[in-house]
Amino acid sequence: MLSFALRRMIALLVTLAVATVLVFTVLEVLPGDPAQVMLGTEARPDTLAALRDKLGLNQPAPERYLHWVAGLVTGDLGVSYTYATPVAELVRDRLAVSLPLAVFALALTTLIAIPLGAWAAARRNSAVDVGVMAATQIGIAAPNFWLAMLLALLFAITLRWLPAGGFPGWSAGPWPALRALILPAVALALPQASILARVMRSSLLDTLGDDYVRTARAKGLSAGQALRRHALRNAMIPVLTIMGLQFSFLLAGTIIIENVFYLPGLGRLVFQAINQRDLIVVKSVVMLLVASVIVVNFLVDVAYAAVDPRLRRRG
Amino acid sequence: MSVSFGASRTADGWQFRALRHPSFLAGAVLTALVMTIAAVSLHWTPWDPTAIDIPAKFQPPSTAHWFGTDQFGRDVLAMIMRGAVTSIAVSIFAVGLGAGVGVPLGLLAAQQRGFADQAIMRASDFVFAFPALLIAIMLREVFGPGATNAVVAIGIFNIPVFARVAYGAALPLWTRDFVLAARVAGKGLVRITVEHILPNMVSLVIVQATIQLSLGILAEAALSYVGLGVQPPAPSWGRMLNEAQTLMGLAPRLALIPGFAIIVTVLGLNLLGDGLRDIFDPRLARER
Repeated sequence: MLSFALRRMIALLVTLAVATVLVFTVLEVLPGDPAQVMLGTEARPDTLAALRDKLGLNQPAPERYLHWVAGLVTGDLGVSYTYATPVAELVRDRLAVSLPLAVFALALTTLIAIPLGAWAAARRNSAVDVGVMAATQIGIAAPNFWLAMLLALLFAITLRWLPAGGFPGWSAGPWPALRALILPAVALALPQASILARVMRSSLLDTLGDDYVRTARAKGLSAGQALRRHALRNAMIPVLTIMGLQFSFLLAGTIIIENVFYLPGLGRLVFQAINQRDLIVVKSVVMLLVASVIVVNFLVDVAYAAVDPRLRRRG
Repeated sequence: MSVSFGASRTADGWQFRALRHPSFLAGAVLTALVMTIAAVSLHWTPWDPTAIDIPAKFQPPSTAHWFGTDQFGRDVLAMIMRGAVTSIAVSIFAVGLGAGVGVPLGLLAAQQRGFADQAIMRASDFVFAFPALLIAIMLREVFGPGATNAVVAIGIFNIPVFARVAYGAALPLWTRDFVLAARVAGKGLVRITVEHILPNMVSLVIVQATIQLSLGILAEAALSYVGLGVQPPAPSWGRMLNEAQTLMGLAPRLALIPGFAIIVTVLGLNLLGDGLRDIFDPRLARER
């Protein structure tokens, strides 16, 4: 297990290194002159020269790359051009919104999908099953930002139960902050839960047909007991795989949903930075988001190998 | 050369299963409906989808404007019709790019084994770490916002998907008797791939392409919604939703209609994909 984890760790570091090269190349080398991109075509030559100097753009690209990577490792992500604040500080503040939102959405996804999928599987081909399957088809087809708009229309504009957008900050107390995250989290969770409920259903149907479930039934367990004690646990393996894969969709979803609800998270930060041409912020935040997907995939891989020894031989 | 994937032994069997498959039929009808609307909109729309007519703004649905007009007095039906072209075109090109690069890479990995196999599959793992949205954000500085940006971003995300499908399908085929026979007959690796491997996995690629098309429609809508996709005045469902957001209290239909258009399209493609999978491989259908 240790050698597997070590091998995967080396692969992780290589992947992260390649990702930094790619992000740096696409965001800083390919567009030409980053100073020109940030200031626009109307900028005066002396302003451009001053910014180039400030950003260290007069140094060769490999040197700038190494400087940036060293900063990433030490937590020094540079200073935002538009906010005049260290990027690391901006990221920390915005993570206080994005991270709880993602966790909230993931928790809701699990709480909705697993019981729903299990319910549909336990009552295969019944009206419940058909209803759940039809609802999840529509859930998969609906864009999360559209669901977000509908939820805001119903619960914020019409019923006035929840805020339509904005974030009061955690300093206002946990309840007002959580209230602001309810609709965004539900909008993020519904499409993901639709996918996961379908996976849960088909996985459970597979395990319900297995010999050990039949044996459990032969021993005198009721169908419900066999499902809860034996089938459910094994059915969770593919569900966990899909949950790992869903992380990158959750991340992209969070970026978009933050823009629907005007939440000051990482997604909103990256879009504001794009519109303000603040490439320093865009580069570091994109890298951070990519790194989080890579690290989550790594953790899922290692967690699997810990659970299932057969997987250690691969990879 | 052997017949296509799984148990589809005769053309009769294939067609028979298709006609009896409710999900396939529903998906085919919905997809055909959207495709027809898109095709018609290229030659005819009830109004010019880009024509602004401020005095006619926020008109409710009527016989003149079936879906009403928006805040600029544009005809919503015409925008929905032309938006279908944007959605479908971006998605088709993106899936074409993903399959065009991904399938040969997957085939190559399965054929070469060893280092090439490892390199291609690790590279595809790597690309998976970049959601289409992040690729679009990065490429915006290269291409600028627009359809090309959307196609390339969604296309790149599709490459590893197709590479894995092609690899997973091709790998077991290389141990089959008909491939061994072809090798004994002196055929080269490339020729075997083209003549024996590819025809036997094409159905899987078609099923995956249908599913990726539906994801492409969703991704295009999301990119247009955040301003990284097709730019004004070309109508797009995602941007219609973006513009409708601040008008939700005033005219909810402006948000409801494009949303339904997206759902119908994606639902149609998903049902079609599910149906095709069952039809191409009836063993799967029986297991479910």
